[in-house]
Amino acid sequence: MTALVPHSWLNGLGIPPWVWNPLSVSLRAAFEATVVVAVVGIALGYLLAKGRFPGRGAIESFFSLPMALPPTVVGYYLLTRLGGPGPIRNAEVSLFGHPLTFTFTGIVIAQIVESFPYCVRFSRAAISGVDPRFEQAARAMGLPQWRIALLVTLPLARRGIVAGVAMAFGRALGDFGATMIVSGSVPMATTMSIALYNAVAYGPHHQAMVLALVQLGVALAILFGVSRLGKVRPW
Amino acid sequence: MTAALDVALTRRIGAFDLDVAFTMESGISVLFGPSGAGKSLTLALIAGLIRPDAGTVLINGRVVTDCARHIHVSTQDRRVGMVFQDGVLLPHRSALDNVALAVRQGDGRRARRAIARSWLERVGAAEFVDRRPGSLSGGQRQRVALARGLAGEPALVLLDEPLSALDAKVRGELRMLIREVIVSAGVPAVLVTHDAEEAEETGDLIIAYDDGRVTGRRVVERPTPPTGGDPPPETGASA
Repeated sequence: MTALVPHSWLNGLGIPPWVWNPLSVSLRAAFEATVVVAVVGIALGYLLAKGRFPGRGAIESFFSLPMALPPTVVGYYLLTRLGGPGPIRNAEVSLFGHPLTFTFTGIVIAQIVESFPYCVRFSRAAISGVDPRFEQAARAMGLPQWRIALLVTLPLARRGIVAGVAMAFGRALGDFGATMIVSGSVPMATTMSIALYNAVAYGPHHQAMVLALVQLGVALAILFGVSRLGKVRPW
Repeated sequence: MTAALDVALTRRIGAFDLDVAFTMESGISVLFGPSGAGKSLTLALIAGLIRPDAGTVLINGRVVTDCARHIHVSTQDRRVGMVFQDGVLLPHRSALDNVALAVRQGDGRRARRAIARSWLERVGAAEFVDRRPGSLSGGQRQRVALARGLAGEPALVLLDEPLSALDAKVRGELRMLIREVIVSAGVPAVLVTHDAEEAEETGDLIIAYDDGRVTGRRVVERPTPPTGGDPPPETGASA
């Protein structure tokens, strides 16, 4: 669980050992969720920006729903779909040997759903904003569409895309409602947000302060990184 | 003799109605007229970037657009080279990479870069092959764009007001360069401009445009007619 963050770093930052596990769970879950979200979200963002097909608006609205819904509602649907009787639960049992609710994988799924819209919307906006003449020039150069996407469109849109991925990571890292409902507070699968909730609800309260401060630091680092991405001219 | 380009197109965009027909042989044909006359739209239709409402486009006798027969060859397969007003070079790639991307032939990256380098030398851009477009002047960018437009061995080069964003001195230099390089490469070209001097100095044929119609056609008398030309750039040089 702590593979992503070496203990020496945490010690150096003055983060007490009891924070390491929830911090590692949070970072690892957010990282895994973000990898999935980045791959699928950028692809969907590209499709929505470039595709001309019926139902485009409906697809975008559907995948944006988690932005408008309370996270607890998202969590409720995930809990009932993943954990309730039915084909999805049966598939989980046949693939993993158990349902995914109240597991680390359940946390990752909840965070994927919650953070997905940020990546899709940022990517779609960034890709739509690329001057079409660059793509026209590439077409005249004889480049096939997939090479235009990889060599022209995505590099030109990369600042917006990276900002979207960073926002998705931040959203995944900070999720509480959906994660709480899907995973509860299972030992070794407790995120920072849930640990903070537990500390506030059951004490000791000084732990809540430390957990909040660490999350504040992580959030500030992400926002600072995103703002730097907006300012730095990559070429 | 097969025409290098044979165009008969109509296209309505809002209140604007384009209805043009012309043919051209080798050399440089200039579409000349005021802004909004439909010159750039014609180039986009020839390149296949926009579909016409009706009509045909033949490049060296090959039908690339025929609305009646539902033929619309993709831009990628038309073998046209394009040079835009402000270059439209990829800002995240070097001058050399920009040109190398357009090279269709060659048996690998090394060969493509060698061809690209030789084209950059031909347009006087050898000294900034490794620089990115953001660090080049407008004239330098247009030299790279010209090399890119020709590097794919196109059947036709389309130049959309390539000099209009440049100052007078650079414009004069590049006019001569464009004519020299295109004529020596033996590739027919269509150049769009609203500058009468540019049309006169660059073109072998001037096709006058106004309000979506061809209003005149004049062959420019030159001491020596263009000849099809120089051997292609060497491909075996090291990158």
